[in-house]
Amino acid sequence: MANYKLTVNGQHKEVNVDPSTPLLWVLREELKMTGTKYGCGISACGACTVHVDGVATRSCVLPISLVGGPIITIEGVAQDPVGRAVQDAWVDKDVVQCGYCQSGQIMSAVALLKATPKPTDTNIEESMGGNLCRCATYVRIREAIKSASQQLK
Amino acid sequence: MRAAIKPENDLRLNRRSFLSVSSAAAGGMLVALYLDVSAFALESNQAPQAKVYPPDAFVHVRPDGKIEITVNRLEFGQGVQTALPMILADELDADWSQVIAELAPAADVYKDPVFGIQMVGGSGSIAHSYQQYREVGAKTRAMLIAAAAEKWHVSADQCRTENSVVYGPGNRSARYAELAKDAARKPVPDKVQLKNPSQFRLIGRNIKRLDSRAKCDGSQKFGLDLDLPGMKIAMVVHPPVFGGRVKSFDDKDARALAGVRDVFEIPLAQGTGVAVVADRFWTAKQARDRLKIDWDLSGIEHPDSTQLWTKFKEMVRTPGNVAVTRGDEKALETIPAANRIVAEYEFPFLAHTPMEPLNATVRFEGDHAEAWVPSQFQTLDQVAVAQALGLAPDKVTFHTEFAGGGFGRRAVIDSHIPREAALIAKRHRGTPIKLIWTREDDVRGGYYRPMHAHRVEIGVGRDGMPAAWRHVIVGQSLVAGTPFAAMMIKNGVDQTTVEGTADTNYNVPNFHVSAHNPTLNVPVLWWRSVGNTHTAFVMETLIDELATRAKMDPIAYRRKLLKPEAKKLLAALDLLEQKSGWRTNLPKGRAAGISCHECFDTAVACAVEVSIENKRPKIHRATVAVNCGLAVNPLTVESQFQAGLGFGVTQLMAHGAITFKDGRVEQRNFDGYTPPYIMDAPTTVDVHIVPSNEAPTGCGEPPVPVISPAVVNALSKLTGKRYRSLPLVSV
Repeated sequence: MANYKLTVNGQHKEVNVDPSTPLLWVLREELKMTGTKYGCGISACGACTVHVDGVATRSCVLPISLVGGPIITIEGVAQDPVGRAVQDAWVDKDVVQCGYCQSGQIMSAVALLKATPKPTDTNIEESMGGNLCRCATYVRIREAIKSASQQLK
Repeated sequence: MRAAIKPENDLRLNRRSFLSVSSAAAGGMLVALYLDVSAFALESNQAPQAKVYPPDAFVHVRPDGKIEITVNRLEFGQGVQTALPMILADELDADWSQVIAELAPAADVYKDPVFGIQMVGGSGSIAHSYQQYREVGAKTRAMLIAAAAEKWHVSADQCRTENSVVYGPGNRSARYAELAKDAARKPVPDKVQLKNPSQFRLIGRNIKRLDSRAKCDGSQKFGLDLDLPGMKIAMVVHPPVFGGRVKSFDDKDARALAGVRDVFEIPLAQGTGVAVVADRFWTAKQARDRLKIDWDLSGIEHPDSTQLWTKFKEMVRTPGNVAVTRGDEKALETIPAANRIVAEYEFPFLAHTPMEPLNATVRFEGDHAEAWVPSQFQTLDQVAVAQALGLAPDKVTFHTEFAGGGFGRRAVIDSHIPREAALIAKRHRGTPIKLIWTREDDVRGGYYRPMHAHRVEIGVGRDGMPAAWRHVIVGQSLVAGTPFAAMMIKNGVDQTTVEGTADTNYNVPNFHVSAHNPTLNVPVLWWRSVGNTHTAFVMETLIDELATRAKMDPIAYRRKLLKPEAKKLLAALDLLEQKSGWRTNLPKGRAAGISCHECFDTAVACAVEVSIENKRPKIHRATVAVNCGLAVNPLTVESQFQAGLGFGVTQLMAHGAITFKDGRVEQRNFDGYTPPYIMDAPTTVDVHIVPSNEAPTGCGEPPVPVISPAVVNALSKLTGKRYRSLPLVSV
């Protein structure tokens, strides 16, 4: 067990966990922030996506000992105008079905729009291509990303 | 439900004895199930007997004006948590902006009015509860009006309602919240006038989901997110071959980890396993990985996909038990060989892999218990938890948790997930135990869509239409040996094996379908749209082949072959034809594919535009025409079809198969069993709904069957090949 200091959504947090514990489980079980989801544990589905130092990161395979920067999760992403626009577009387009993957989808979409404010379908497929939605709400995910992009111009 | 439950002392039950105990223990419930389903749903078109639904079980008008509506179903994406409240709120004339929806716990009053158990399945949520929720809304409204009329000393018919307010003569008005207390004391009317569809204010309108914001900001809690004081996390090591048993195990290294609370052998639905209880997920997982288990894998079948295909291919060439026989069985032989088509198809096992891994939380308190389960089968799961704990079902408070998908995987007859959780909780009285199946447990854990083989021989008449059709299907039964068998197996044929073929809407004069339901050591389960996943693929690819052979347009050919009484499907095809004009003007390298299918009383016609990229189908566009009766929430219907087509692409994925070698599942996670990602699903889907005021029919499952055949029909145009083996490993 070891102590770790983290910045999550601008707040300072301290946890005492095994160094191999993935960031995902620190968020969910130590910090009680369950918006970030467990889907596969091998970075194959993207449900656990958060931003670490501004980079979309699969928190299920990132040991807490290797976390090297401030963390933004779905609970805090709306503090940022791009995050807010993406969340609003998701609601406006009625994207969600079961909703379980959507935290990760939104985190990936925010990272995409920050890097590429006017994404093409190919950009969207490349950036969102690791985020699985088992309901397959992909048509509306595309629409919502384009709508958020419009709102942000 | 309150029949005496014998406490189960020996919990080491195999699957068979568990099921017989379950059917005995749950006698009352199962009688209800048989009566309701066989008498009403399957045997006749008669409406179920009117049941009494006390409004206070469904709607609560709060003093602050909020209107809480209880949803008698699991919400797992299909949108009933919005649509059922819409139906009730419309008849109630409630202010929609004040409506809150809650998922009902397990209770008799929340049983599906047709199926007789509390469940989601068969695309029945709206179809079966539309009338029920309308009546409850209208009765509640009548009681509010009665309270206002009494207060004002006027007659009820002098009052009208709008947006949670009753209006009376002389500018009188009262908010529902003010009247609620008096209204609750009024008798519930036996009969009540329902709205004429022209009076609907919510039904038929595009209403956004009530759960949308919470699912976009991380605040929506799913079963896996449950956090209770003192809660522990449990995981189970399951045998590497179904039915395997623990010979011995060494837990020294596992117990050495801080935070590990218990390690013990546990009886499973098939065989035995080892359960680990720990403070945290990561501890439980690490401890589980450190266990050394010696398994007894003797005396059980070790399924092997290669051998199974050999067996299935032999079997499919012999006639099975008769599902349907129409016309002359020998007609096929009278047709010259040159005019016959012989086609053999293969379909693999498929896992559901809902995004939220399987889980259940149980707290045992000795004489009662509490369970929190994202469940499609509340009634059965509640009984299973009670049985595992030696309690009567009504001693188990059963909460329905939001589920991250399900697709049938949370509707399990043997309730093995909540049952495992209950058995673990039994050893830790007072401690909430959250059982988590990791993704690996899920992918390797069975309860798959069964593998199937089909063999079809068709004799083509001079007019290019099929004159004789002989069809054999091989696949495991979903219900053999379970309490569902009596109503779902007829003449030795599991009806879910042949649905979509035996009841086809195509008019073939000499038509014979038979089936084999072999027994294998692989647990199987309904997978969204059930038998239609494979039968629609076979039917729609063969019809396409016949249309091509007859040099006819695929829509025109289907229309010619459909029975005149298949009105729903014909209307869907007409609408599809109107909306898919793009088919005649495609860029080079692209082709259109057509399919249509009716299941769960909803008819769907689909056109796709496909090219080949990196040896895979690229689905640029899909146009769908849907005939689902009255669309309660067209926005949800559109969403179900846009996304449901994508779900259907699961069958076409290169790694879209569960396979076995020497009894072991060869895949372990999404790296080996790969469902569709954004680039695999259709880029755009436009959905068109046939206008209708007929009773609403389901939209959860009907999107799934049409996409795969439509895509391969388009591929056939591009490559000249026919695709009869799934998954689609290469084009």
